[in-house]
Amino acid sequence: MSADQMTPAPPADPPKPRLTRAARRRNRIIAMTGLTAIWVLLWGTHFWANVISGLVVVAILLAVFPLPPVTFAGRIHPLPMLRFWLRFLQDLVIASIQIAWLALRPAGGQARSAIIAVPLRVNTDLNLTLTAEALTLVPGSLILEADRSTGTLFVHVINLRNREELEEFRRGVYALEARIVSALGSPDELRRIRENPPAPSDLEGASR
Amino acid sequence: MSLDAVLDVIAAACLVVGALLSLAAGVALVRFPDLLTRMHAAAKPQVLGLLLVLLGCALRLRTGVDITTLVLVGVFQLATAPVAAHMVGRAGYPHEYIRTDLLLTDELAAHLDRLAGDQKDSAHA
Repeated sequence: MSADQMTPAPPADPPKPRLTRAARRRNRIIAMTGLTAIWVLLWGTHFWANVISGLVVVAILLAVFPLPPVTFAGRIHPLPMLRFWLRFLQDLVIASIQIAWLALRPAGGQARSAIIAVPLRVNTDLNLTLTAEALTLVPGSLILEADRSTGTLFVHVINLRNREELEEFRRGVYALEARIVSALGSPDELRRIRENPPAPSDLEGASR
Repeated sequence: MSLDAVLDVIAAACLVVGALLSLAAGVALVRFPDLLTRMHAAAKPQVLGLLLVLLGCALRLRTGVDITTLVLVGVFQLATAPVAAHMVGRAGYPHEYIRTDLLLTDELAAHLDRLAGDQKDSAHA
């Protein structure tokens, strides 16, 4: 990433360390587990036979088409994970009802939208990806662009009436990030979330 | 009422609600003002609608083989719908498909050149 120096990094963001051998092995084991699980689910029968054949197929796959390294540094915290999923499903239902209502209501005043930049506090590929994916499925937001070098998400927000709602929404994005990190972050990432309460809004002052 | 009948009723309800949500997503595609707002419709009610239809199918079929496949369909839908919305939105972003008059603010515009430069860099790297 040669463009890292061009932009100010978000606060408290150490440079990404090179992967150690142990970290690489850990990534490979996680990839194998996930791909084998998909294989077993695809077949759906003969559990153990498919686990073994799946491991063989996945080992060949990973040797021939190596995955880009996505480092999962943390571990899964069951309770926050459950909390994240419950809140996520609730948000998905609310989001769907909201969009359905916007679509079916008799022609009302046209809602405004906005495109905002949200620099995340934990700039890892995994967190960036998961937050972007979840954002698209919760009420009001749609991921438009992700900037890896600064860990910034550009989000399209629908159905806004004024600036206050926009800032409220920005806080919502940080809350979502916090839920994801507390569900599967490393101690270091958790600390970064705790120590950096949501940044003051309008960082770049890039209003139209 | 037997358990089977109860499950069937729940399955039917899931199927109907899922279909209605998909219908709402279709109506939204027609009625929303621009590309980005339409992508909202393609992402949210559509995904929940499909999940409900899958749930309805799972409750009706009740066999392990089918349910594992349905779970996979749901998982991939959750993982890929946002990516699709992102790609379409990004492809349409700096062009005329987007009603800038409806935007309260646009914080991406200022970063566009830098981001395009970044992508060229990483393509060369």
